Amino acid sequence: MESITRILEFKKTCVSYTKQTMAVKYVSAAIEKNTITAIMGPSGCGKSTLLRAVNLMHNLYQNIRVDGEILLNGENILSMEPIDVRRRVGMVFQRPAPFPTMSIYDNVLSGFALNGIKLSKAEKDATVERCLRSVALWDEVKDVLNKKGTFLSGGQQQRLCIARALAMKPDVLLMDEPTSALDPIATKHIEELLLQLQKEVTILIVTHNMGQAKRISSKSMFMYLGELVEYGDTETMFSKPSDERTKAYLTGKMG
Amino acid sequence: MNKLKIKHRLAQDRLMLWGICLLAALTAVPLLAILGEVLLRGYDQLSWSFFTEPTPTAYKAMKAIEADEPIPGGIANGIVGTMIMLGMAVVVAVPLGILCGAFLAENSKNRFAQFVSYLTDLLQGTPSVIIGIITYIWVVVPMKGYSAIAGSVALCIMMLPLIIRSTEETLKILPASLKEAGLALGGNKARVMMKIQLPAAFGGIFTGVLLAISRVIGEMAPLMFTALGCSLIRFSIDKPISAVPLLIWEFFNDPNLQELIWGASLFLLLFVLTLNITAKYIAKKWNQ
Amino acid sequence: MNDKLYKIILFVAALIMPIVCGGVVYALVTDAYDAFEHFGFLKFLSSSEWSYTEGNEQYGALPFITGTLMTTLLALIFCIPFSLPVALFVGEYFKGTKVASVLSTVTDLLAGIPSIIYGLWGFYTLRPIIMVLNISPQGSGVLTASLVLSIMIIPYAASLSAEFIKMVPNDLKEGAYSLGATRAEVIRKVVFPVAGSGIFSSYILAIGRALGETMTVTMLIGNTNNIPNSITSTGNSMASIIANQFGEADGLRLSSLIAIGLILFLITALINMIGKIMIKRARIA
Repeated sequence: MESITRILEFKKTCVSYTKQTMAVKYVSAAIEKNTITAIMGPSGCGKSTLLRAVNLMHNLYQNIRVDGEILLNGENILSMEPIDVRRRVGMVFQRPAPFPTMSIYDNVLSGFALNGIKLSKAEKDATVERCLRSVALWDEVKDVLNKKGTFLSGGQQQRLCIARALAMKPDVLLMDEPTSALDPIATKHIEELLLQLQKEVTILIVTHNMGQAKRISSKSMFMYLGELVEYGDTETMFSKPSDERTKAYLTGKMG
Repeated sequence: MNKLKIKHRLAQDRLMLWGICLLAALTAVPLLAILGEVLLRGYDQLSWSFFTEPTPTAYKAMKAIEADEPIPGGIANGIVGTMIMLGMAVVVAVPLGILCGAFLAENSKNRFAQFVSYLTDLLQGTPSVIIGIITYIWVVVPMKGYSAIAGSVALCIMMLPLIIRSTEETLKILPASLKEAGLALGGNKARVMMKIQLPAAFGGIFTGVLLAISRVIGEMAPLMFTALGCSLIRFSIDKPISAVPLLIWEFFNDPNLQELIWGASLFLLLFVLTLNITAKYIAKKWNQ
Repeated sequence: MNDKLYKIILFVAALIMPIVCGGVVYALVTDAYDAFEHFGFLKFLSSSEWSYTEGNEQYGALPFITGTLMTTLLALIFCIPFSLPVALFVGEYFKGTKVASVLSTVTDLLAGIPSIIYGLWGFYTLRPIIMVLNISPQGSGVLTASLVLSIMIIPYAASLSAEFIKMVPNDLKEGAYSLGATRAEVIRKVVFPVAGSGIFSSYILAIGRALGETMTVTMLIGNTNNIPNSITSTGNSMASIIANQFGEADGLRLSSLIAIGLILFLITALINMIGKIMIKRARIA
């Protein structure tokens, strides 16, 4: 039974850019299904690198090596086809970047178009409505679905990007500081949205905003210099951090 | 079924990668073919006399061919003519082009400057054969004859837009702080331009001049109605004069002289490509 | 030197451009006037006669306009399957690597070869191949000229397209990859649409180059004053008829050649202007 709840598991995962230096060192952790896990740490600690490894983003660039294992539903994704993995693992980036040549409607469906999957008109309409509703964007854009996504505000664009990722029905949604380019109100909207979304998808979110981690996550990781220093319930970590470095970070003495 | 589809898409992806590599590599074929042909066929014609003697007459060449001897003479008249015309064109086009480029860089928002900038594009895109016609109307007709002056006017008009653009672009990418520091020290605009901006932009402008020379040195169309050509080594600027590309054209059209084509082409090609590579090298050094 | 004098000197130097360009238009128009007046502007454009028998001179530009358009269009068609891969190679697949800079150098050198040498290569190497393959008996013609012309414009189209392909934001590409797309799919569905207008405009400028190319075409097109009836037949382009006949022409024939020059000038100016405006727009977007 336990293996079902462990949707994602890092086993001695290492990421290195050059032969000498490792950006992520021997991280081991198991992520439970339908939770929000926050990854925190000072900049340069390897938190984004770890997150991007789950989506095999390192395959796009030369010289980046990932060792160890990353298990998705018990299968090691490092030995799977990137395009297969990426369809099951969605990703939302720091800066909202809807495809500028596509309409809002087509942006939501872009995953299907990119993968060469054909849908009927009814399926398309249903998917667009479902996804835009689940990111609470439907009411705002339902009359302008054929306009380009670039006319939306930053927060709306980011929600559109989340909808785009959700359309593929991923098992895991990776978010790389998704609110760092947004204003406080848009940030609040997204946070509320994530709390709703954890019912359908497991979320792994990198954030340098401790308040955000506290507000939305049930589990937290603290990384420092590429190492996973501490991993546990968010509440426990904030109230009784077990490591000195975590404590220093959480009290603002570091980073 | 899903697995099959992924395989199919990956195969497509790989096919595209290899197709692109193959087609991109194929573009090197004409370069190698042209270099190879000119090199192989022109190599044994190059000799000291090829560079010091003028073109033989068709009759002399015919005699040599009949006697199964190498064709005497060379392309010295063309080299001298090219140098003279190029020299005159550079002396006018470089200062004028730099000043005009400086004007564009200093007044980029001004309506007149935008108009001048547009005209620079227009002139740069004008086919060289039309520059030839224009120079014929402007210079050859009033002077009642073909001349080195006319040829150099044509080359000068072709070089101007290239020099203007490279000067303007180089000056524009200089940090604004450079100019401001100069002005803050109490220098007036002219002195700051002469002593600070232009020296700082030297590498870029010099590259631009070299590229402009390499562009026009092989140009044939604007010279055929202006410099015309001449089989003597000449230094007077008011008479018809030869140039290396004019000689190649002459050899191409005269069956007796055809053997000389390749030596002349090899010389021209090496000259142009060396200039090109030198210019790129300087630009790279200067950018670092 | 004070600021005022400095400004005046720069201004006077800049006046050279309006003077030269104004002079170009003025000289072309006044010297082409005879031909237009004698034949009528539209008649000159639409007539395909080109005969200089004394007493019955007939000149029309249609064969040469057709020849220019045919060579340019064919050159464009032949150039795309090579320039686009070069642009993707340099701007996407191997962006910033050594191999990419080698390929850029190759295309730069191609751009540096004088057109008369392209003409020689076309005449002595390509023309015999065309004859051996039995594509056309005489070897020269529109097709031969277009083939060499297409090689000449590859560097221009490729380097500019590569610039626009490089400018496609990484955010967008990563976004598409994160949805499970292959590289080929990212290129087709994200890179091409986003860089599309820039790539398109680089081909417009390549057309501008091909239109006025003189010596290569003159050496390869066969120089006959008829409308080419197929791509393998011979003809003349606007630039090549000028190169061929300008030196020996006078009177009405000279004026007609200059009129053809004026038409060529206007067409290239128009194409280049459209290209530049499109490029500016694509750069801002």
